[in-house]
Amino acid sequence: MQWDWEFTAEILPKMLWATVNTLMAAGIGYVIAAVIGLLFALAQRTPFRSLTFIVREVVEFIRSTPLILQIFFVYYVGPEYGLWLSPWVAGMIAIGLHYAAYLSEVYRGGIESIPKGQWEACTAINLTMAQSYRRIILPQAIPPSIAGMGNYLVSIFKDTPMLSVIGVEELMQAANAVGGQNYRYLEPYTIVGVIFLIISLTAASAIRGFEGWIRRKLGME
Amino acid sequence: MEDLTSYPLELTGPDIPMVRFLNVRKSYGELIVLDNLNLDISPNEMVTIIGPSGSGKTTVLRMLMTLETIGGGVIYVDGKPLTHMPKNGALVPADARYLRKARSSIGMCFQHFNLFPHMTALQNCMEGPVQVLGLSGREARERAEELLMMVGMIDKKDQHPSRLSGGQQQRVAIARALAMRPKVMLFDEVTSALDPEVIGEVTNVIRDLTTRHSLTMLMVTHQMGFARDISDRVCFFFGGKIEEQDSPDELFSNPKSKRTQQFLSAVKAAD
Repeated sequence: MQWDWEFTAEILPKMLWATVNTLMAAGIGYVIAAVIGLLFALAQRTPFRSLTFIVREVVEFIRSTPLILQIFFVYYVGPEYGLWLSPWVAGMIAIGLHYAAYLSEVYRGGIESIPKGQWEACTAINLTMAQSYRRIILPQAIPPSIAGMGNYLVSIFKDTPMLSVIGVEELMQAANAVGGQNYRYLEPYTIVGVIFLIISLTAASAIRGFEGWIRRKLGME
Repeated sequence: MEDLTSYPLELTGPDIPMVRFLNVRKSYGELIVLDNLNLDISPNEMVTIIGPSGSGKTTVLRMLMTLETIGGGVIYVDGKPLTHMPKNGALVPADARYLRKARSSIGMCFQHFNLFPHMTALQNCMEGPVQVLGLSGREARERAEELLMMVGMIDKKDQHPSRLSGGQQQRVAIARALAMRPKVMLFDEVTSALDPEVIGEVTNVIRDLTTRHSLTMLMVTHQMGFARDISDRVCFFFGGKIEEQDSPDELFSNPKSKRTQQFLSAVKAAD
């Protein structure tokens, strides 16, 4: 099979358009994961034993089962309990929760790396628990976590093709559609690969740059 | 559970101590760290605690800062209970909310400074006043700059702690604690982590503080000369108890307890 440049040019706009959806899915999913992940991490540090236990089990469960199963579950099992979700909403919930479980471990590691003396200094100037986290602990815990968080940003992006199984119109779905209509799969799948490669590499180096910048800004260099 | 009914809800009378430890106990499992401590500290008094490691010195300060829970007894600050709160006419262990209010009159400096590394010296000193006392940014800055001036750190106010020497960090930490306007200041081995040549810059700042009229101080130190110079009273701790307490001149020149004598001569031999 020969590479067909004409065909490539013909399908490229469609593929690029689908890339926007892929980026959006990764972005929205990641924001959900970052926020819920932080809540998961903080919930495991409260004095309420039962809350800590439940959250820890939920995190463990999510980490031990495949993402694709979770996507199917939210989308196909949800309606049996009256929870009708569009592919986008179901996909964002599934992927957001999945990565929240992973990010919560990153946050937890970051928070636990803060020396006890910092907490004691917070008590000595009488900050509340919330102020201690917001002003003192998290600003120190997050910069060392950025590398780990960045890895998961790239991962979530690379996992978005799984959303095609429930019909989210992202890059993989577009490639399948184009391939099926034209009986040519070489060009669409190659384009998908190249787009993923370019974006992943760019994101990884942007994350490294961001990490350095934030460390300098917080005077940690 | 200890019977707390015999403890007063608040201290009354003509001479209310700034701090009172009343039958204070603390143990970790089998290990008794403080054994029925009774200690009064008068307003504006400078009391120093000395003693071998493991004698419970630091625990005294940490309990007063509420960093450790109390095992038994009650601590009073400025006449009011710190570790307990009145409820239905009796004392019960203080809840988080009461503790937060009660400890506002206490400030502490730590052996390892514990400055906030992501903030400049100035920001370290403004954090508490802005967040906790509700001062405006401008008021907090003025107060912080005044204190940094006093500890000789004003020209480094925009530096992060990682750029400062140990002695400089400790001086900023003192300013940070003072910015909260505490009535009682606690110094926990503040010179122990310092290089010998910078100890003086920190002890000089503390020496200056003893001339201020509204500050009660409690210090744990290994600097015997310094303790002798600036204290109003020195307590020698041994095995979770006050073995001996006296004016510095008396305790250092004429120690009565055998253990005090042994400790002082061992320290002298090490110098």
